[in-house]
Amino acid sequence: MVEIAKAIAFDSRFLIMDEPTTMLTSKEVEILFRLIERLKAHGVTIVYISHKLKEVKRICDRVMVLRDGEFISLEEIANIGIDEMARRMVGRELKEIFPEKKPAAGEVVLSVHNLSVEGLLHDISFDLHVGEVLGFAGLIGAGRTELAETIMGLRRAESGEISLRGKPLQLRKPWDAVHAGLSYLSEDRQGSGIITSFDVVKNITLTSLREYAKPFISQKAEIEKSKFYVDRFSIKIPSLFAKLEQLSGGNQQKVSLAKSIDTQPKIIIIDEPTRGIDVKAKRDIYVFVRGLANAGISVIFISSELEEIIGMCDRVLIMRSGRIVGELPSEKLSEEEIMYFATGIKGGY
Amino acid sequence: MAVSIPKKLSLDKYGPLIALVALVIVSTILYPRFIEIRNLLNILRQVSYTGIIALGMTFVIISGGIDLSVGSMTALAGAFAILTLNAVTQGLMMFSPGWLGTLLSILAAAAVSIVIGLAAGFVNGFLVTKGRIAPFIVTLGTMAIFRSLTLYIGKAGEFRSVSSSYGDMGMSVILGIPLPVWIFFILAALLSFVLNRTKFGRYVCAVGSNEKVARYSAINVDKVRLISYVIVGLMVGITAVLISARLNSLSSTNAGKDYEMDAIAAVVIGGTAMTGGKGSVWGSVIGAMILGIINNMLNMLGVSPYLQGLVKGIVIIGAVSIQRGWFNNGRTEK
Repeated sequence: MVEIAKAIAFDSRFLIMDEPTTMLTSKEVEILFRLIERLKAHGVTIVYISHKLKEVKRICDRVMVLRDGEFISLEEIANIGIDEMARRMVGRELKEIFPEKKPAAGEVVLSVHNLSVEGLLHDISFDLHVGEVLGFAGLIGAGRTELAETIMGLRRAESGEISLRGKPLQLRKPWDAVHAGLSYLSEDRQGSGIITSFDVVKNITLTSLREYAKPFISQKAEIEKSKFYVDRFSIKIPSLFAKLEQLSGGNQQKVSLAKSIDTQPKIIIIDEPTRGIDVKAKRDIYVFVRGLANAGISVIFISSELEEIIGMCDRVLIMRSGRIVGELPSEKLSEEEIMYFATGIKGGY
Repeated sequence: MAVSIPKKLSLDKYGPLIALVALVIVSTILYPRFIEIRNLLNILRQVSYTGIIALGMTFVIISGGIDLSVGSMTALAGAFAILTLNAVTQGLMMFSPGWLGTLLSILAAAAVSIVIGLAAGFVNGFLVTKGRIAPFIVTLGTMAIFRSLTLYIGKAGEFRSVSSSYGDMGMSVILGIPLPVWIFFILAALLSFVLNRTKFGRYVCAVGSNEKVARYSAINVDKVRLISYVIVGLMVGITAVLISARLNSLSSTNAGKDYEMDAIAAVVIGGTAMTGGKGSVWGSVIGAMILGIINNMLNMLGVSPYLQGLVKGIVIIGAVSIQRGWFNNGRTEK
C-alpha cells in the first residue's frame, strides 16, 4: 500500500503497476480499484500487469496477452472473456489445465494418529496411501500449514503419533523427516522455501547437499542435476548461476519444487504451490504433481484455491480451527460442499 | 541482463583485489623501497597474526554473527601457552633433556593454547545458540571475562617464557618466508576449501542468508553457528602461540589488544557482507594485506602513529559503503 502511495505521490501521468494486489487483502484491493478509477478519470494512463484475470476484466479497458516473452494479442476488454484470456495465456483449452486423475488405492504409507499441538492442532488423524494426491482444504488459519510443519519435525507435537509404513516416526529435528523420505514445499516461498541471494544450483541442492558432498561437494554433479530439473520443469533462467531474486515467481516456485524433490522423497507435502504464479507455470506444476503421484509418490496437497483442490485431488480432507472436520472423495467434490465444511455449516465443532 | 550481470559480479568478487593492486602501485610510487622483498615480507608477517583470526571471523560473519572476544581470547590462550611451556620445561629439567624435551614443551604449549581457543569459541557459540543471546552481547561479555581472567592469572604483569627455543620458533623463517606467513596462507587455503567445497561451508552461507530457509531445508542451524565460533577459537589458539613465541613473552594487559578490530576490518574490507550470507576467505587475506600496507605506508611516510587509527577507521567505513553500493546496484530498496 505504501509503495502504491509512493508511486501516486509523484503525480505521474503514466503509471505501471506490476501485480499490485498480490500482497493486499480484498478490502485493500477495493480501495486500490477505486483509486485506479479516480486516476483514470483524471486522465492518468495505467499499465496494469496481473495474472488475476478477474481484476483485469474489471478495471482494464484493453488487454494485451503475452506468453513466453511473445506478443499474443491486444484487444478491447469487451471483446474478450476470462476464459479466452486464460486460453491464450496457456496456449490451450482451460479444461485441459488439470491433468487426468488416476486414483490409486494403494497401501497406507503415512498414518497420523491423534496428533495435537497446543492451541494449533487437535486430534488430527488420517491415512495417506501410496500414489495418492490427498487434498487439505480449509480457510486460511485452519491449521494446514502447522500440520505440515509438525509432520516435518519443524514443530514439536504435544501428543499423538506419526507412523511411516506402520513404523512410528521419531522426529527430533527436521532432518529426521527428510531422512525418512518426507519433503515439504513451503507456502512461504521467499520466507522459508528458497534463498533469493543463492543461485539456481545452490538452491536446488540445499536440502539434498549430503548426496553431493562425499565428503567434498562435487560441483559437476550439482550442475548436472540442476540442468536435469531445468529441462524437466522448463524453468526459464538466464543461467544456472542466476540468483533466484532475478527470476519470476513461477520460475522461483519451480526451483523450489526441484529443491523439495531432489531429496528423493516418498511423500511430499505441497503447500499452496501456485500462489502468485502465472497460469502456464500453474499448469506445469499440476502436470508435474500428478506425474509424481503416478510414479508412486504420495502427495499431500494443501491449497486455498478450491478450483485446484477439486481439479487435482483424489480425496480431500477439510480442516477448520485445527481439526479435520470432513472428508470428501473425488466424485463428491464441489466448491459448495467444501465450503460447508470449511465454514462450519457441516462437520460439527 | 545476461551481459550486465557478470560485470557486476566480477566487481563484487575482484573489488578488493583491484584495491590491493592499486594500493601496491601507489605505495611504490610514493616510496620506492616499499616494493623491496624484505619490506613486503615484514608486512606479511605483521598482518598474519590478526589475519589468521580474520580467516575464522569470516565464517562467523558470513553466518550472521560477530566475535568481539578474539583479542582477549588471544591473551588468555597465549598466557596458558607460556605457563604450560614453562611448567613442562622446568618439569623436564631434571632429566636434562635435549632437543626432544624442547620440542615436547613447545608442542604441549601449542596444544593447550589451541584447546583454550576451542573451549572459548565453544562457550561463545553455546551462549549464542542455546542461550539465544545476541552474538554482539555474548562476545562483548566474554571479551571482558577473558581479559579479566588473563589479568588475574598474570597479576596484570607479563608472562615470560623460560625457553629461548620458543622465541626462536616465533622468529623462524622457512625457505625465506616467516613461519606465521606460512601458517597464514596454509590455513587460508584450507578454510577457503572448507567454505567452498564442503556441506558446512554451504550451510554457513545458507544460515547467514536466511536462517528460516536453512531450518526448513533440514539444516541444523545451531550446530552450524556453533561450529563457526569454534573455528574462530581454533584460529585464535594458533595465533596465540605464534604471537607469544614471537615476543617470547606476553603482556596480560596489552596482548591481543584491538585484534577484534583488525580481524573484523580485514573481513569487511575483503568483501564479506556484514549482513551475512556471502563472503570469501581469500578476500579476508586481501583485506588483512590492505590494512597492513596502509599501516606500513603511514609509518614510512612518518605519519604520527596516533593518526593511524583515523585512517584505518576511514578505510573500513569506506569499504562498507562501497560494498553497499555494489550490492544494491540496480535493486530497489527493501
